[in-house]
Amino acid sequence: MFGLLSPAGRRIPAAICYLQRFQSTLVLAEHNNEKLTPITLNAITAAKQLGGDVCCLVAGTNCSKVVEEVSKVQGVKKILVAENDTFKGFLAEELTPLVLATHKQFKFTHICAGASAFGKNLIPRIAAKLDVAAISDITEIKAPDTFVRTIYAGNALCTVKSGDEVKVFSVRGTSFEAASVNGGDASSEKVSSPSGAGVSEWVGQSLTKSDRPELTSANIVISGGRGLKSGENFKLLYDLADKLHAAVGASRAAVDAGFVPNDLQVGQTGKIVAPELYIAVGISGAIQHLAGMKDSKTIVAINKDPEAPIFQVADYGLVADLFKAVPEMTALLEK
Amino acid sequence: MAPMRLLVGVKRVIDYAVKIRVKPDRTGVVTDGVKHSMNPFCEIAVEEAVRLKEKKHANEVVVVSCGPQQCQETIRTALAMGADRGIHVEVTGKDYETLGPLQVSKIMAALAKKEEADLILLGKQAIDGDWNQTGQMTAALLDWPQGTFASEVKVEDKNLTVTREVDGGLETISLKLPAVVTSDLRLNEPRYATLPNIMKAKKKKIDKISPKDLGVDISSKLQTLSVEDPPQRTAGVKVETAEQLVSKLKEIGRI
Repeated sequence: MFGLLSPAGRRIPAAICYLQRFQSTLVLAEHNNEKLTPITLNAITAAKQLGGDVCCLVAGTNCSKVVEEVSKVQGVKKILVAENDTFKGFLAEELTPLVLATHKQFKFTHICAGASAFGKNLIPRIAAKLDVAAISDITEIKAPDTFVRTIYAGNALCTVKSGDEVKVFSVRGTSFEAASVNGGDASSEKVSSPSGAGVSEWVGQSLTKSDRPELTSANIVISGGRGLKSGENFKLLYDLADKLHAAVGASRAAVDAGFVPNDLQVGQTGKIVAPELYIAVGISGAIQHLAGMKDSKTIVAINKDPEAPIFQVADYGLVADLFKAVPEMTALLEK
Repeated sequence: MAPMRLLVGVKRVIDYAVKIRVKPDRTGVVTDGVKHSMNPFCEIAVEEAVRLKEKKHANEVVVVSCGPQQCQETIRTALAMGADRGIHVEVTGKDYETLGPLQVSKIMAALAKKEEADLILLGKQAIDGDWNQTGQMTAALLDWPQGTFASEVKVEDKNLTVTREVDGGLETISLKLPAVVTSDLRLNEPRYATLPNIMKAKKKKIDKISPKDLGVDISSKLQTLSVEDPPQRTAGVKVETAEQLVSKLKEIGRI
């Protein structure tokens, strides 16, 4: 288990090993009653690194398909299932009492979820109810009580140690591999859900439909910024994205200008991505944008301003007019 | 419903445009002599509160900040934007260094009860700690519903309809008041305080209290072991044409 196997960590007092044998982590599964959200697989990998048993809580209005999916995920020992109409819309007010009741029964040492909108909404509410500090968006686990996370828009790495009895945290999906969805054989068990809080109600949603890969898990991401000048011009990026099977993202400027919907925003306050290839088109590279993409394996920048800060992090930079360069690239990939 | 009393939390942070520097002793980032301003998400929360008052949904906007003396400047800024009065919860020295979302939410929850607030507005996250927790924790401690990452807030009788920015798009929820709402970037465009309003804000009242006055224990079990620079990326190369770019990417197996 990480440090413990290294030569320096071999001489661990027996008492600590004894305690660690009883670690158990609850992973809150994110899903839409049909499919598991991929970030849950990254959270499971993080949970496995803690060394103890990994349990997964699947709560929703319709859980059977998701439970079947989770039961095959490697490393999950047990699935706790709570099916109830009060979980419609996955409201934090309804899920928190369930998690607290489950925790009371099983006494977890760790409770976590992916740092998505779902996890960010729910995890702190659970932590406050347990009177513990939550640790957001961790990028590394150094020990069962020591975590690394970024602060100041990714411009500093902060290592924190929790003295709380239960560690409650959210996991940055791009910092942990996805757990394998084959070979697991978790058993499932129903857990009872406390009566509903009834202070909030899910009314509806309007989701952006797209055939392209999901932004946070795509291998290639092409993002556009203010330089695209209009929403219509984003078609240039969609055409290139289709050739590369890439997802399309955007800078805040492009979202604020109404070129694309907000859920495409990459950055400190949007989505964090770390694809194999990130192509930034007409994006200057503000601190807040870099926070969301600078862990990409290869970064390409296409910008007509040679002074744009994006070139300081780009592996390959092309100083050119995007309205010429992007269609050229699309044409070259057609060959 | 009778007009509400709104409580708005504001945080003083290093200005968003500043390139931060990590201290050589790795205990934190350099804050002395660095430009500070109101956290951008808090500005949006203040703006929303003032708009709710202008629409007669609220009769008083009370703005709160926790931290050292300089927080009063942040409160003044909110007062100049249209808030009615301020509360400065003074936290200094070692206590301020370990002041996290759990501690702030305990203060906010205690103040909400003391001030009989109907709605608490906060930013979705502070751009320094990037925790994104305080609103959720405050709602939990009060057992109030939460509308996080809000891009639209509508008051309808004793309910709030909140449109939230979620991963796949937008979702709408309905909350029973009292409630906690955290603002996303697209909730509104904060106004600039005009000079006459800045002058007027100087006459508005700021009460100074301590967490102890509120009966709140702000001790923390979370310890910062180190703060370091992230790994630096190595400098890249410039290519001349789209053709060269495509062939480079093919060469390294990225496309």
